[in-house]
Amino acid sequence: MTSGRDTILSRVRSALAPLPRRAPLPDWESELVVMRQARGAVDPWTLFAERLRGVNGTPLTSAGELITLLDRGGWRHGYCDPQVWPKLAAAFPTSFTVETMFDRARVDEFQFGITRASAAIAETGTLVLTDDGTASRLAALAPWVHIAVLARADIFTDVPQAVAALPKDPNVIWVTGPSKTADVEGILIEGVHGPGVQVALLID
Amino acid sequence: MAVQPIDQFAKNLRPDTRAAVHDGSKIGHEKRTRLLFDHLPDANRLRVLAGEIKQHVVENLDTYLPQVEAALQANGVKVHWAADATAANEAVLSILRARGATKIVKSKTMVSEETALEPFLRAAGVDCLETDLGEFIVQIAHDHPSHIVKPIIHKNRREIATLFEQNGLGAYNDDPETITRRARAFLRAKYLAADVGLTGANFVSVESGRLVLVTNEGNSRFCLAATKCHIAMVGIEKLVPRDRDLGLFLNLLARSATAQQLTVYTEFINGPKSAAQPDGPEEMHVILVDNGRTTVLASECREILRCIRCGACLNVCPVYRQASGHAYRSVYPGPVGAVLSPLLAGERFPELADLPKASSLCGACNEVCPVNIPIPDLLLRLRAKGKAEGAPLAAAGTPPMGAWALLASQPTAWKAALLGGKLINYLPTKLLPIPALRAWEAKRELPAWRGGAFRSWLKHRKSAGPQEAQKSQNEPTL
Repeated sequence: MTSGRDTILSRVRSALAPLPRRAPLPDWESELVVMRQARGAVDPWTLFAERLRGVNGTPLTSAGELITLLDRGGWRHGYCDPQVWPKLAAAFPTSFTVETMFDRARVDEFQFGITRASAAIAETGTLVLTDDGTASRLAALAPWVHIAVLARADIFTDVPQAVAALPKDPNVIWVTGPSKTADVEGILIEGVHGPGVQVALLID
Repeated sequence: MAVQPIDQFAKNLRPDTRAAVHDGSKIGHEKRTRLLFDHLPDANRLRVLAGEIKQHVVENLDTYLPQVEAALQANGVKVHWAADATAANEAVLSILRARGATKIVKSKTMVSEETALEPFLRAAGVDCLETDLGEFIVQIAHDHPSHIVKPIIHKNRREIATLFEQNGLGAYNDDPETITRRARAFLRAKYLAADVGLTGANFVSVESGRLVLVTNEGNSRFCLAATKCHIAMVGIEKLVPRDRDLGLFLNLLARSATAQQLTVYTEFINGPKSAAQPDGPEEMHVILVDNGRTTVLASECREILRCIRCGACLNVCPVYRQASGHAYRSVYPGPVGAVLSPLLAGERFPELADLPKASSLCGACNEVCPVNIPIPDLLLRLRAKGKAEGAPLAAAGTPPMGAWALLASQPTAWKAALLGGKLINYLPTKLLPIPALRAWEAKRELPAWRGGAFRSWLKHRKSAGPQEAQKSQNEPTL
């Protein structure tokens, strides 16, 4: 019995054999996929924040703003990456419960999750999460509010830059705004399986 | 003369379904154009480039497939090859059996629709749940998706609310937000209890073995955060040569599919999770699926293998908008389906030989295609194939043209017929006992026959031709 591999490869070879020549691989300039809006951008954070708002995400620049947002939403129980927590702990009043271990058995008790963004893409308002940088994939996905903590130096201007810098990490995920669907009559609903509120918190 | 099956289907379509499909396919079309042409410096150049890159991949699969296998294996991925649907389904089942897995959560994959994976697994005692909201609704309705990207475009909220009620997902409520929240709560428990997450792939980079998956809902991400084993079913044509090409394709895919700059979750998977990461698959499998693709590769229509499944050609197609996806009687509807489905059917081509005729050849599908597939040309090639093979469905709906063909291919007979045609002007056509003609003439005037007028004009023009041509050539330099 021939293996599926041999069968497929031999079918491919005989399908391609009659071709007099094969289509060449074109090269292309990265500039072609850079959005006009990203050209000569004054400040990557300003552009990023504008684009993130464009996809209904929330850019914040201080822990104080974050506390106000969480307090207003009534989201007082959450998770924080243990490496980030020392920087934020002082800002959280005692009315909040923040755990540094994400327990999947109690997944729905966590109303917010704070994790690190390894990078961001300004032109699309995208946050880049990696396995190495994100303490828990579930903590960045399951809670209603996800807060990605971002350093100013880690913002790429455009998609080609971010692709060129894809790290050697087993998992890189680009998150562009809150989880959404338009499956029911084309009506936009946010917070399908992932967060309904996506925050980027700039920490310098 | 038999009616084309797709015409019949469109005629019998429920009015609310027709309205849902028509309106749903128009959503986002304007925004798509704006996002492509206002955002990017030369969107048309991009489409052509992306098409050239994919054509290169398709014509070099003999080189790229072994290379991508090696790249995937270097990332710690187990690679399987499946020549047909049965082999693909059995590959999934054997992975599940080896792990003792009985529950899987599934993110949308069109390949698994082709192989009818879900009924296969159900028969084998595996609990296989769709997690994309639309696909989940299709599953509980025992229905089929009718659009590549918007699977329930044919359903309205009232039908969905009724389904949820029947399936124990709360009392009737047709508010889309309530429907979504209920699905969220129901599916969340399923992700966490599942043994395996199954997905497709949008792209696989040959250079790095990176598998790229995009979703808006975050369902594929949840599959890959909650389960310990990841299986990806990947059509052999999904490859791109280099990582940098992903930047090009991602810029086109979301804009073309849903009028977004990027899909919300774009995931680059380079194998099982890292050791320090508590969540996600420790084991990863990729099943490379042929299932008819090599037949397409050997055909005159291999350009269709460029397709990145964005659904843009469905959204603009005047036939799709009227007939809906189910009219195409196959996994892939719309213009792409009219080419791909009859070819993937292999020996069963005659059963779908009418699909290439379900087009006015208006060309809108080619114009919006992010990989510039010449769909109208391919439809014509398939019409010829259907005719050459004598498939009865290829002739359905075609008026008998034999007499006309005979006349049109004999210049003398043609000229004589044109003169003879003038007699029609003296015929009392309104009184002729031909029902079709009477119905037509009841609301219209038959124009006077002017047979031969064009020929005499052309003949006259020919003599004046060279000077005119010279003139128009000179004009731009003045």
